[in-house]
This record gives sequence, structure tokens and C-alpha cells, in this order.
Amino acid sequence: MSAAASRGTVGIVVVSHSELIARGVVELMAEMGPDVTAIAAGGTADGRLGTDVERVMAAIQEADDGSGVVVLSDLGSAVLSADTAVELLGGDWARRVVVANGPLVEGAVSAAVSAQIGASLDEVARAAAAMVPATGAVPVVRGYVRTATLVNPDGLHARPAAEFVKLATSLGEKVTVNGKDARSLLSILSLGLTQGATVEIAARDETGKDAVDKLIALVESGFSGT
Amino acid sequence: MTLDSAWVVAWLTAAADAIAEQAPTLNELDREIGDGDHGENMNRGFEAVRAALGDGAGGSTPSEVLRAAAMKLISSIGGAAGPLYGTAFLRASDAVSGRDELGSRDVVELIDAALRGIEERGHAVPGDKTMVDAWSAAATAARAASESGGDAREVLQAAAGGAEQGAASTDALLPHKGRASYLGERAVGHRDPGAVSTAVILRAAAEAAA
Repeated sequence: MSAAASRGTVGIVVVSHSELIARGVVELMAEMGPDVTAIAAGGTADGRLGTDVERVMAAIQEADDGSGVVVLSDLGSAVLSADTAVELLGGDWARRVVVANGPLVEGAVSAAVSAQIGASLDEVARAAAAMVPATGAVPVVRGYVRTATLVNPDGLHARPAAEFVKLATSLGEKVTVNGKDARSLLSILSLGLTQGATVEIAARDETGKDAVDKLIALVESGFSGT
Repeated sequence: MTLDSAWVVAWLTAAADAIAEQAPTLNELDREIGDGDHGENMNRGFEAVRAALGDGAGGSTPSEVLRAAAMKLISSIGGAAGPLYGTAFLRASDAVSGRDELGSRDVVELIDAALRGIEERGHAVPGDKTMVDAWSAAATAARAASESGGDAREVLQAAAGGAEQGAASTDALLPHKGRASYLGERAVGHRDPGAVSTAVILRAAAEAAA
């Protein structure tokens, strides 16, 4: 168990009309956030396409370790089922569960990375809604800049992108990669940086030097040490 | 009959009968502007309610029976109608908790609470071409009947009539919520199936009280 898991990790529930979609998204999240409790709640109890409020309620309870739960859902009635599940759970669940409104797959992956690094319920919910963290104002002045070439086969995608975001978030400095917030997984994925591409990592001033150097070292290592 | 827990059971049983009979019509309406399964889903939900009430597990007050029905509807309808009708009956249950018999004002509160629950859950307002149009017209008619001195049965009759008018009013509306909203203008001229099932359920409430 990592430090993040032992001090509590926000849980994530994936609600989909399809059991296969929910399980698939959870499988993807396990890659990005191995210590995060992610529970699939897809399909109906009798195996049809649809959503099942009781299944969502059970998933929320299972996903919670006391840190709260973010629920992601796919289409219309899945959102209604998630909201109804929170109402039926009653008590203080309404304060500890956030039904996030975002793209299911991208939001779930982003939320898993955020939960993995020990982010709060609000932060994970924002990540799920595909927004940058509240602290993530992008610096406009580039005081300390370095470049490196992506040598690994995946480029800045999939697991390497998640590793990059984890490190960038843990460093606590405002850093950009090709002008995008280094802590926003979705922003980084949107750059479409493949093997051989050049990344430019920048901080506002010299106080960000250490963070930039560490991220450059990660890129130059081909993500082999992670 | 007095509006006690036996009336709620009679209402829900009559609703199950009417939904079973209307299921093909509801499916057909839904096929025109949705995915064609509203009748089938509602029938499954109300048959589950009927089965739950049949074994006497419903409860001894109107509130308890309404809550038991809500849980069955939520777990067995599927689709958006499950959480929407489930929430309606849950809020209706809360609105009349602690009462053994309902008067005209209780009926108004019950319908108002159901309407607010559906509006909140579905983020829909009157005019969106949804079941809210039927519930909203029912609530307005029920309140007017109560304020002009109608008894509980007259309030239910007014509510049923209001719901039917509200359902008919959805023909001309442009959809703003749910799957029908993908159709835009093409949905105009079609009646919203959720508004129709609402009218069926509220008509059953009035008939069970007659």
C-alpha cells in the first residue's frame, strides 16, 4: 500500500448503462491509479442495459474509506440514478459524494490520477469534470525553460502521461509543458505528443528550476524508472 | 373511500392495471420520440409494486405504502423513469408522513412534493415537454380545487383532469430534456410518453378514491 492509500484515498464509482463499459473504465483507471478504490456499477441487476440505483448505492458504500466518493456516469438516466442513490443513502452521504459531470473515460482517468496522488474530494471531482485543479493557474511568464525529446514508444500518453502528471502535481510548482498546465492530464493528452516530439517544460522563475529539472529527467529517462 | 393506506394500495393496484393496459400505447409514443420502451419499463415497475403490496409488506400508513412503492419503482423500472417516478413517490411519502388519513390539503401537498421531486431530479421545468408538464398542471388544478372548497376526492379528480390536459399540451412543445431533445423540431406534434403515464397514474388515484 502506498502512502496515499494509507492516509485515505477518494473512491470512484463508474455508472454506465453497460456493465462492460463500467468494468472497462475501471480497468483503465487501475492502470492510472492502482491504489484507488474504483467500483463499476453498470447495467441492471437482471443483466439488461440500464442503470440500477441499488447497485450504485452499494458501489458508493464499497468505494468509500471515509475520504468521500466521486461518481461518474455516462448518459442521462445514469446521472439520475446516481443522484437518486445519494438521496436514498441519506445521512451525511450528500456531503461526501460528488456526482461529477464530465466525459466518462477521460474524466475517470483524470480522477484516478488525482485520487492516486492523495487529492481531496473536491479536487478529484474537478479532475473528473475534466477541469484543471483549482491551484493550477498557468504561468504566463516563462522564466526557466528546458526542452527534451520523448524517447519512449508511447510518447506523452497513457501511463507515461499519468506518471508525468503525478510527478508534476507532487512538486507543488506551477510548471507548463508546451504551454499547458503540467498537472492537467487532459491538457497534456490533448497535446498529442508522440515519440520523437520535443517537449518544452517551463517555470515562472528560478524557484521552479528543481521541478523543471525533475520533469525533464523523467522525460529523458523514457519513463523507465516508474 | 377515505384516503388511508388501503386507498394508496387501491390506487397503485389500479395504476398497475391501467399501465398494463396502456403499455403498448406508451411504447408506441416512446418509439416516436424516444427509445420505445416506456410502456414496457413502466409495466415492469408497476407489476413489481403490485407484487410487493400483495404480500402485505406495503405498510400501515399512506406514507409507508408510498415509500415501499417508490423503492420498487426505482429498482425495477430502469431508464430515466425509474429515478424520476421513484423520487416522486419518495417525496410524496415524506409529504404525508405521520398521517393515517389524507384530507384535500394533504393531497395537494402530496402532488406538489412529487412535482418538486421530479423537477429537481430531472432538472426540467414546465414547457420542456416532459412528465413535469403533466405533474405541474395536476398540481395547479389540485390546488385550485382545494382552495375552492373541494374535498379530497374532488381534488384528485381535478388533478387527474389537469394531468391529462398537461399531457395533451406536450404535443405542441419542443423537447428540452431527455432523448427526445435530440430530435428537436421533429418531436413537435408528438405527445410525451412520460406525461401520458403520469396522467394514467393520477387518473387511477382519482378512480381508486371514487
